[in-house]
Amino acid sequence: MHQNKVPSALTIGIARGGLEIKQFMRQRESVVFTLAFPIMLLGIFGSVFTNELTAGVTFSQYFVAGMIASGLVNTGFQQLAIMIPVERDFGTLKRLRGTPMPASSYFIGKAIVVFVTMTIQVFLLLIAGVLFFGVNLPTDPAKWLTFTWLILLGSAASTSLGIAFSVIPKSGRSASAVVSPVVIILQFFSGVFFVFTDLPAWMQQVAAIFPLKWMTQGMRSVFLPDSFAAREVAGSWETGRTFIIILAWFIAGLIISIRTFKWDQQK
Amino acid sequence: MSDSGNVISVRSLKKSYGSTQAVAGIDLTIAAGEIFALLGPNGAGKTTTVEILEGFRVRDSGEVSVLDTDPAVKGEAGRIWRNRIGIVLQSTSDAGDLSVQDTVAHFAKYYANPRNVEEVVKAVGLTEKSNDLIRTLSGGQRRRLDVALGIIGSPELLFLDEPTTGFDPEARRAFWALIKTLRDSGTTIVLTTHYLDEAEALADRVAVINHGLIVEVSTPALLGGRATSLATVSWLGSDGPQSERTDNPTTLIRKLTESYQGEIPELTVKRASLEDIYLEMIGGADASK
Repeated sequence: MHQNKVPSALTIGIARGGLEIKQFMRQRESVVFTLAFPIMLLGIFGSVFTNELTAGVTFSQYFVAGMIASGLVNTGFQQLAIMIPVERDFGTLKRLRGTPMPASSYFIGKAIVVFVTMTIQVFLLLIAGVLFFGVNLPTDPAKWLTFTWLILLGSAASTSLGIAFSVIPKSGRSASAVVSPVVIILQFFSGVFFVFTDLPAWMQQVAAIFPLKWMTQGMRSVFLPDSFAAREVAGSWETGRTFIIILAWFIAGLIISIRTFKWDQQK
Repeated sequence: MSDSGNVISVRSLKKSYGSTQAVAGIDLTIAAGEIFALLGPNGAGKTTTVEILEGFRVRDSGEVSVLDTDPAVKGEAGRIWRNRIGIVLQSTSDAGDLSVQDTVAHFAKYYANPRNVEEVVKAVGLTEKSNDLIRTLSGGQRRRLDVALGIIGSPELLFLDEPTTGFDPEARRAFWALIKTLRDSGTTIVLTTHYLDEAEALADRVAVINHGLIVEVSTPALLGGRATSLATVSWLGSDGPQSERTDNPTTLIRKLTESYQGEIPELTVKRASLEDIYLEMIGGADASK
């Protein structure tokens, strides 16, 4: 009788991450779109707004911070909240449910694919930014440290919230229509496309509830000179608060995911 | 395996959805090493029963034991239990961008004692398609991949839900041979099917479910008194085709042989087929669904 040693949740989760990356890379259109879209947007906005916000800070420089933060939401939250209902419709999740694979392995696999896609996307965006749009990279190691934890924690939060939100679309077909407006509105409110402090106060206050505003602000603290912090709402980068708020969203998403995750469409 | 040798035992199982009672008190035992088929029209409670056994649905009441475990088991104990069963669902259409080999090898990583990947791919007849992407497979080939994923963990108990829907006759026979091989290697198999010939070819025992209750459990040969049912003897008489239902077909044929002095024209002797018996049991019109 073999009841011994089912592989650990982490082992299976890592295997799932590898599989998910392979699957993602084989969907060529989606790979090209995911990786090239932020660069295209940077190109468009960089060409439209050519003014400097303050001496030495171009709009492209401001915008690249917003694009990276947006990338976190797109590759994690948006991608997962759309893809998971599709996997549910296809019966992929139900089949997994019938195996010894635990839900946590599935979540780990998603987190891995989000982190890897995000890393590639940021890498390409920064190369394009530096080569074509005059974006300056920070030289201070402390800024790169902030950058690193923002990407790690941001991917994790975005993943957990995407899984949590995936119970809302009734079907894979409707998922995109339910999820995309949420993301686009958040992007406008959070100062991705416009300078955040130029937005109406109520919009700023709504945005401050959600993590994208904090991811964007965090990325600005990496890519803009410290003198620019004076132009933020609080007059500073609020790094500690940023960390706590994104962490809180990560934990909330995780708890909701564990409690509400649905393996098939029936009740 | 339990002391009684039963892999599955179910007592007074009930499940309702709102005001509809899907399963209305089912008792069932399935022994180790048998192929057990569940037959019944759509909406009879067949799928609900199987999904409770598979751990996908929670029952309202009754006792259920599958491999000495309550299928509602959660957490680590649930994983250990799932490690011992294999489930082939009705239809899945996922992961089209992976190869057969990659998919089977990946699922092998979920289990404590997986079978050899190449051997499983070979057993389901997909060796030549091993490196092809799933989305290039035909319906029947996809179904065989589903089976490969169901057996990769060397399950003691395998659930097969309508496994040969969409197969051509040759593929079905090859598939039946595969299922028998699995049974011969000690796997207990629970099969739901719409094909009566499939149940007859494979099952050691069949249960007919209707209106959430078991109508009868028997071997395919004995179901519904089939072996002792009246035989129908037909032949071509001088006034056209004749037929007679009788308990004693041999006696009738002897009489006919005498009156025709040799060959009886167009003679056939027919017992009720499993399908005839089944349709009668579930009440005619319901069955066409």
